[in-house]
This record gives sequence, C-alpha cells and structure tokens, in this order.
Amino acid sequence: MNAPRLRIRKLDIKNGRVDLSHGSGGRAMAQLISEIFAENFANDLLAQGNDQAVFSVPPGRLAMTTDGYVVSPLFFPGGNIGSLAVHGTVNDLAMAGAKPLHLSASFILEEGFALADLEKIAQSMGEAAREAGVQIVTGDTKVVERGKADGVFISTAGVGVVPDGLDLSGDNARPGDKILVSGTLGDHGVAIMSSRENLQFETQILSDSAALNGLVADMVAACGPHLRLLRDPTRGGLAATLNEIAHQSNIGVRIHEDDLPVKAEVAAACEFLGLDPLHVANEGKLIAFVAAEAADALLAAMRAHPLGKDAAIIGEAVEDAHHFVQMRTSFGGSRIVDWLSGEQLPRIC
Amino acid sequence: MKYVDEYRDGKLARQIAATITAEARDNRDYRFMEFCGGHTHAIARYGLEDLLPNNVRMIHGPGCPVCVLPVGRMDDAIKLAQRPDVTLCTYADLMRVPGSQGLSLIKAKAAGADIRMVYSTLDALRIAQEEPDRKVVFFAIGFETTTPPTALAIVQAQKLGLKNFFVFCNHVLTPAAIQNILESPDVRDLGLVRIDGFIGPAHVSTVIGTRPYDFFAEEFQKPVVVAGFEPLDVMQAILMLVRQVNDGRCEVENEYSRAVTPDGNLKAQDLVSSIFELRDMFEWRGLGDVPYSALKLRDAYAAFDAEKVFDITTQPAQDNPACECGAILRGVKKTTDCKLFGTVCTPETPMGSCMVSSEGSCAAHWTYGRFRDATEKQAS
Repeated sequence: MNAPRLRIRKLDIKNGRVDLSHGSGGRAMAQLISEIFAENFANDLLAQGNDQAVFSVPPGRLAMTTDGYVVSPLFFPGGNIGSLAVHGTVNDLAMAGAKPLHLSASFILEEGFALADLEKIAQSMGEAAREAGVQIVTGDTKVVERGKADGVFISTAGVGVVPDGLDLSGDNARPGDKILVSGTLGDHGVAIMSSRENLQFETQILSDSAALNGLVADMVAACGPHLRLLRDPTRGGLAATLNEIAHQSNIGVRIHEDDLPVKAEVAAACEFLGLDPLHVANEGKLIAFVAAEAADALLAAMRAHPLGKDAAIIGEAVEDAHHFVQMRTSFGGSRIVDWLSGEQLPRIC
Repeated sequence: MKYVDEYRDGKLARQIAATITAEARDNRDYRFMEFCGGHTHAIARYGLEDLLPNNVRMIHGPGCPVCVLPVGRMDDAIKLAQRPDVTLCTYADLMRVPGSQGLSLIKAKAAGADIRMVYSTLDALRIAQEEPDRKVVFFAIGFETTTPPTALAIVQAQKLGLKNFFVFCNHVLTPAAIQNILESPDVRDLGLVRIDGFIGPAHVSTVIGTRPYDFFAEEFQKPVVVAGFEPLDVMQAILMLVRQVNDGRCEVENEYSRAVTPDGNLKAQDLVSSIFELRDMFEWRGLGDVPYSALKLRDAYAAFDAEKVFDITTQPAQDNPACECGAILRGVKKTTDCKLFGTVCTPETPMGSCMVSSEGSCAAHWTYGRFRDATEKQAS
C-alpha cells in the first residue's frame, strides 16, 4: 500500500515573497523549484529531477557559452530579465552558427522578492525557450539576505552543435568583405533607459530582445561558406563589436553613417541623453561579415526573415594595420568609431 | 529628427566648405579658436577638419568645464565624498577626473564613498528630500549655462526648508577666461599663439547674450562669431570669421540667432546674481589664477555653501609634470605634442582632464580623429 501523499499548501504566488527557506535545500526550496521553475520550463530532462541533465548530442562540434543577467529594471518595455537571459544565451550560441540545444539557469534571489514577479520571469523564460526551440534542462536556486542582491540575478549556460564545415570565428574577416546589420540599432538600450527610475521619458520604443537562431539558420542556408562571421552587438553596441572584430581579424573597418538603420525615436532619445546609438546595446540584432560577392544574396535572405526585415549593408572591411573603425559621417567628414569608455549605461543586461 | 537634421545636412556643409575654400585667400592662413568644448566635440565628431581647406585651422580653447577644474578642487570633492555623513551628487563627467593622490571619484566610490551620478540639480535636491539623514552635496561645475540651474536648486531648497542640501560651487565665467587668453604672454608678447578670431560660445551666450564679447572685438581687435553647437553652425561661423578677417572687420556677429539675443536671458542673470557673487581669484587648470573669473555663494546663502559648512580650504596640487593639458588649454600646444597622449593617457586611464570629458580636446581627438595622425605619419 502506498503511503499517504504529504499535503503541502501550494505556494501563494499572488502575494507570497521569497524568504531564506527557499534557498535552504529543504522542502520549501523543492516546492519553489517544482511550482515555479519546473512548471514553466516543462521538459522531460528537467522533470527527471537530477542534479544534472544527461543527453546525447547530434553530430558536429559542441558550442558552449555562459552569461550573467543583472538588468535593471527587471521588467522593461519589450521583455524582462527572464526572456533576456534565454535570448542572450541562445544568441551567443547562434553567432557561432550553432543550433542551440539546452540551457541551464541559476537564480540568485533576494529575500523579499515577490513570487508573482518570479513567476512572471519564469513564464517568460519558458515561452522564450519554446519559441527558440531550446530546453532549460538544469538549474540552481540560491537566496541571499535582503540588500545583498537586487531582486533576482540569473546566470545561464548553453550548449549547441555547430554543423561540420561551418566556421564563423571572429578572426575570419578579410579586407573587401561587406558588413551587414540585421536591423535598427540601439532599441534595447533606449528601452531600458526610458524605464529607469530616475529617468523616465515617454517612448514607444520596445527592447529588440529576441532569439536569432532562426535568422542565422536562414543566413547560413543562403550563403554557406561565403559567410565569414557573425556577432551580436550587445553591450558597447555596434562600435564595440566592430572594434573587437577589427582586432581579432587584423583588419580595419569603414562604415557609412547614412546607411546605419536607427529609428527616429531612438535617435531622438540618444540626442537628449547625450548617447551615441553606435554605443547603445542591442539584444536582438547581429552583424555579419560576408564575402563581397555574396552580400546581396545575404541581404535578401535576411530581409526575408521577420527579424531581419530592416537589414542593411553598412560598410566593408579594409586593410589597416591600426585596426581603425572609421565612419564617413552624413555630414561629409570622417571620424573614428571608438570603443565606449567608462560606463554609459550600467546594468543594461 | 526635426530641428536637428537641418543643422547636420551634408550637402549644405559641402556648399559652405566650397565657399570657405573660395573666399579664404591663398597667401595667408586663418587660425580661429573655438572657445567651447561643445564646438570642439562637434568639429571632431562630424569630421569638420576634412571639409576645411588647409589654410583654415581651428585651435581648441579652454571651454570645457571638466578640463579647467584644477586638481585641488577635485581633491576637495573627493575628500568631501569620503566623509561618512556626506552623499556627493555629481555629473558623470567628473567621475574619472584624476585627483592628486591617484584617486578619483570613481575610485573613492568603489572604496565606499557615497557618490551618486545625477542628470540635474533637481535629482540632487530629490535625494536630499528623500534622505534627510544624509548631508547631500551637489558638486556644481560649469560655465554660465549650468549656473542658473544651481541657483534654482538653492532657491528651491530654501523654499522646502531643507537643512541637508549643500552646493560645492565651482562655477566659472567665460568672458574672464577669454580675456585671460588674449592677455597671456603666449598670445600678446611671444606670439606663440596667433588667434585671428573666436567662435563664441553657444549655450553660454543664450544666458549672457552677445554684449559681453563687444569688449574683445574692440579692445583686442579680434572678430567674434557666436555659433550654435551643430556642425553647420560651426561651418557657417568659420565662413563669417574668414569674411571678417578678409574685410578687416572686428565685430561681434551672431550666427546662433535662433537662440541668442544681444541681452541674453535677463531672468536667469538676475537669479544668478541674487545667489552668487564674484570670487576675487579662482584657479583654472591651464590658465592659472584668473581674477574675477568664478562665482561663490553670497553670504545670505552660507547655510547652503559646502565650502563654509564643511570648512574647505583648497590645497594647491600639481598636475602630472609630463601632462600638457595646461598648454593645450591655452592653445600653445596640440594634443599630439603631449608625450602622454595615446600612450599612458587614454580615456580609459586619463592622466589629465582634457582626456576625460568628451568635450576635452585630447578625448575628442583620441576618440574621433586619431586616424589622421596615422595618415600623416604614413604620408611623411
């Protein structure tokens, strides 16, 4: 005969708060994991309840990445820390041309954090994972005393598989390559700024946070070996990404201000905040270096995908021992596009 | 973007550039100083130098408030911030300015000082209201543009009866600095710096108007064109200066007539003079002690004056001896003449203040224009 099932009152998600017992390893923690995380992430591997997920991998090379999320505020126009964590991790894998498979998620929770907010975050993570075709298969929960964190911090890891023959490493760019961007720049950073406590301004701008693995798959299918490299211009914006690649690939970069897609609202917000859209973070955009002869085909493939409809060719790689990223300004002069110095927008992701 | 794109029109810029090239005489060169960091930034950011003919050169002036703040005052601010009872509110520009002991506000903050970056004086005022147990000090710097908001904050603090809001006043005055440059031996006697005319301040002039510059045009026989901060404003102002030089005129002209009047903002001027009075002497980095060039709080507002309340006596402090900020701010040297430029001194690890603010001539050249040095080197 089975022992009678232990009756535990369900979590009060509507009014409850995280307390220290939720990180103690006891029954309260098990309940939090089961009713919030397992419920929203729903997959067989997680349901096994092991301390690790064991799975077999399709043929190809394994890609692995890790990321931490401390964005403030936790909820912003167009997303929240949960969806951002899934998108960011998926994109880091996708930029290598990998098909993302599985994610881990580790939560540092602050005592007093509203369970309703945690539920919303977990729900967004589940939805984002399903949309991107990945599973969150293992995780961890810790609770720290009030004041020792800021609501919730999330750490993730992700694994994916790169098909044999595909190499999109950051040192692949060559002089003559064309540079493409998948859409408008600076949306995420401006959406976050607009919702900061001390800086609210009215705008319709939503974060561009999105998983780019679908777009990448289409790009690889269209251009295959002509595609040199991909990277997502997150913190530090397009400027930082182009500088990284110029150094990695031992090239210079020339871009044209007239060709950069920037929404008018984003340009206006940057104008009055004193920011440069080239330095502002994106969470759903990528840049691609491609052999010149395949640039038009790649542009067409990108524009055919909903996440690449505003794609544009913005410049080219050149020979330059100084690795300068230079921009021809709309005004008619030239200038360097440098790394961002200092902290323009702390805790943007 | 309306009211912005119009002033960044590349086609129009090329037309003005062509006119400048046509009107600038081949047998001479033209050397104009843009006083303001805002103009320096615009020149670098939009690559204006590429549009100008070789015989028209810009000399970058000292009009960057962060750059001219002497090390001693920076030390004072850091010391204030280190007091356990003080919350120091500052514009973000100042966070990385090095003090004399290798310290900066950002390092002091990391070591536990309560320093908050604010966008306006009102943010500081709000913090004082919300945290009555903290002594909230606003680190006030800037030219005539940022002085009225500081004055308003003091008026507001008085209305609210706040006893925990203080201002560490470092507001300085533009005309005094221009006069100091024109009277300096570099310009007057030694002929080290030849200045054929000035691009006058944009935002500062919205407050003080154009009249204060009449003196320079007359006494020193230098043309002045007050110009906005957009790149087309700067191009147009350069053309107006070339024309004045060619005609032998020394007048104050107003390119920025959409915002600047001869008298300026009288209400703001009245407000400022009701709260502040002239200091007999104030140190400027690069210029040294300049008489009647800065403001302090009037005695009636002593209760808000951080210098009095916290008994601050500024100690003289030296810049890094190899740092050329001083000579650069006077227009005697170019950024690239400094041995530290781009080697140990970059925006990430600034040795001098000109490398900190985006309006500083070193930071502007490093961030936007340093590819020209590489091209020049290759050409030679």
